[in-house]
Amino acid sequence: MDKRLTVSASPHARSSETTTGIMLDVIISLLPAAVVSVIYFGIRTLAVIATTVISCVLFEFLSRKIMKRSNTLGDLSAIVTGLILSFNLPATIPLWMAVIGSFIAIVIVKQMFGGIGQNFVNPAITARIILMSSFPLAMSTWTQPLVTSTGDPVTTASPLAMLAGITKEKNIAAAMSQAGLPTLKEMIFGLRGGCLGEVCAIALLIGFAYLLIRRVINPIIPLTFIGTVAVFMLIAGKGNLHFVAYEILSGGLLLGAIFMATDYTTSPINNKGKVIFGIGCGLITSVIRVFGTLPEGVSFSIILMNILVPHIERLTTPKPFGSVKEKKEKKGEAV
Amino acid sequence: MSKIVDGVLTAVGKSRGGISVNHNKNTAELPVERMPIPERVVLPMSQHIGAPCTPTVKVGDIVDAGQVIGDSDKFVSAPIHATVSGKVVSVGEVYLANGMISTAVTIESDGEMRYSPDIKPPEVNSRADLIKAVRDSGLVGLGGAGFPSHVKLNFPEDKGVDTLIINAAECEPYITVDYRECIEHPQDILNGIYSIQKYFKFKQVIIAAEDNKPAAFKVLDEISRADDNDDNAVKLMTLRSRYPQGAEKMMILSATGRKVPPGKLPADVGCVVMNVGSVAFIGRYLSTGRPLISRSITVDGTAVATPKNVRVPIGTNIQDIIDFCGGYKEEPKKIIFGGPMMGIALSSTNAPICKQNNAILAFKDNKYLFKKERDCIRCGRCVEVCPMGLMPTLIERFAKAKDVDRLNRIGINVCMECGSCAYSCPSGRPLVQYMRLAKQVVREEAKK
Repeated sequence: MDKRLTVSASPHARSSETTTGIMLDVIISLLPAAVVSVIYFGIRTLAVIATTVISCVLFEFLSRKIMKRSNTLGDLSAIVTGLILSFNLPATIPLWMAVIGSFIAIVIVKQMFGGIGQNFVNPAITARIILMSSFPLAMSTWTQPLVTSTGDPVTTASPLAMLAGITKEKNIAAAMSQAGLPTLKEMIFGLRGGCLGEVCAIALLIGFAYLLIRRVINPIIPLTFIGTVAVFMLIAGKGNLHFVAYEILSGGLLLGAIFMATDYTTSPINNKGKVIFGIGCGLITSVIRVFGTLPEGVSFSIILMNILVPHIERLTTPKPFGSVKEKKEKKGEAV
Repeated sequence: MSKIVDGVLTAVGKSRGGISVNHNKNTAELPVERMPIPERVVLPMSQHIGAPCTPTVKVGDIVDAGQVIGDSDKFVSAPIHATVSGKVVSVGEVYLANGMISTAVTIESDGEMRYSPDIKPPEVNSRADLIKAVRDSGLVGLGGAGFPSHVKLNFPEDKGVDTLIINAAECEPYITVDYRECIEHPQDILNGIYSIQKYFKFKQVIIAAEDNKPAAFKVLDEISRADDNDDNAVKLMTLRSRYPQGAEKMMILSATGRKVPPGKLPADVGCVVMNVGSVAFIGRYLSTGRPLISRSITVDGTAVATPKNVRVPIGTNIQDIIDFCGGYKEEPKKIIFGGPMMGIALSSTNAPICKQNNAILAFKDNKYLFKKERDCIRCGRCVEVCPMGLMPTLIERFAKAKDVDRLNRIGINVCMECGSCAYSCPSGRPLVQYMRLAKQVVREEAKK
């Protein structure tokens, strides 16, 4: 008998879930926001998205090749990074800047640390932060959605810029009505200035629901992140719920909390760790928004918490089955 | 009055993690068939956890079925009996399915299946007699681990052990022999329980099965109503079908709410867990005196022509059993001893069935058997499903770095290698292999 049998360690059954499948789900969850962005900001948006996706894939392929590592395009993670990076850019960004963003995300942040699963900060967010500090003007020129009839984009201020400093006012409601903010309905549908993927709350929430139904992400981080911002803003806004709603719908909070803070690689694995991570992101975001000179703090909050992940993980390592808490015997000893 | 009181109970304790697997209990309704006596049997001296036996026969000896052919003076061991009558043709080393080398006695059958005249029901008048009888029977845990059963029962009387759990969970996919035992031999199971209860007087005896086997409970319930034993400590308990429900620690937690601490035994939390097949065997042994010389196994898998439950003499060649089930309908890519989750992949079918083997599964190639291995994406699924509260992804990393300190802190030694982590890993990482590596790293450090 000469049969070739495979011998391997147990288990001999595997679930049908694959890395590629998970990444495909993330891509699908990002599509509603992508479609909305093209409708809102015009066909040029498609060029921005295509540029980041294609350049991310290319950089991934080339850096793996040059570093003599296996080709990992099949896991689709480069496409996810490209999509999310484009979501973090204004629709008017020069395309060569978008390519620089892709280079930072894929080559410097991801592949130079070993590729998928090894980077310690979120690639797209790091790229956004570096682009913002390098090209502040291009990175903060917002166009008004659906207003392209004259051929030239109409620029507008972002709602966060309008909200800046408002907590110092005595009468927040009055200050808000004078600030020239879009209506709440416009905020929900995303008819406001902002990065191309972050504006439409409805599209982002559809993506969120899809990720939850497909069990790709755990809701803990988005909920604690947004919840913390809500509580903080409720206090900072002296109980003005209108203000809280604007803060949640403004800037990149939903995009960041749903799609970037939940990045597997750069967030804690344990549920307890996820709670700490989410609250930390929420606090830093709020502090930057209320007290900082920058209008937006989502990117910085996530990147700061990314760096803390190993320590959060160490704090929240679960106790193995059946182990009892060790009594602190050293208590009585001299310090 | 009903002996099985309170109807069917539901689980007391809730376990964490686990996975839902396809049950694939294709053979559940197939009665156990008896396989013809094979031409020869190979009986390894190590078919259990503990000290291997030493052969007590030599080449040329004529042996009867049921005659002791190997024994050990160590306590944690179980004697080996001839499983057919015939002539000893060789005593030498063989490879076992797990890659270990063991001394084995090969007997050529005379086809008569003549039982040894010494076989008679054992005389049991005390707890010690019962433990001795169980040892003499050669019984080891039939659920897969192969731990000698008399050792389990041999705990100090003042230890406070109050619960006997009869494990009929059979949470591994495909395997149905325990289920068949409940359907076909419920009286043996109850007899086994009653004889153990007579001397051990456990406060409660819980027969626990997963909720996908209601027919087994119906049979047990009916038969217990019909007999006249008045031990009303016996209870039935249904557990949710979630792998690895049948693992000893999970079983104890589900049935009693107690958690066995790391490095401790079930008896330390007042429990003894026995496989339902083992208990039924005790029931039969006490009335007939016939030792453990045959067992039921499930033969199934996508490559097997006619899946069956078969009763075979221990030591029967695996290939003979597969041939009895019509051979292969497609070329097998992987053949497993035991269930798909914890079984051992065989390199050859030229190996004997041992006491603790409960299944032979042969699979053709398919996408769930092999998954492309990619880098860990830290998705956390392995942590979510680990019933022991471990973090397999970190253990893999610490094992590679030989970080013994952190491995110990994370509690690697409570890992029972159930395979839930590797099953659910989307990146197809061989996590159980890394768990084993981690344990070895810790062991080697301890030796220094």
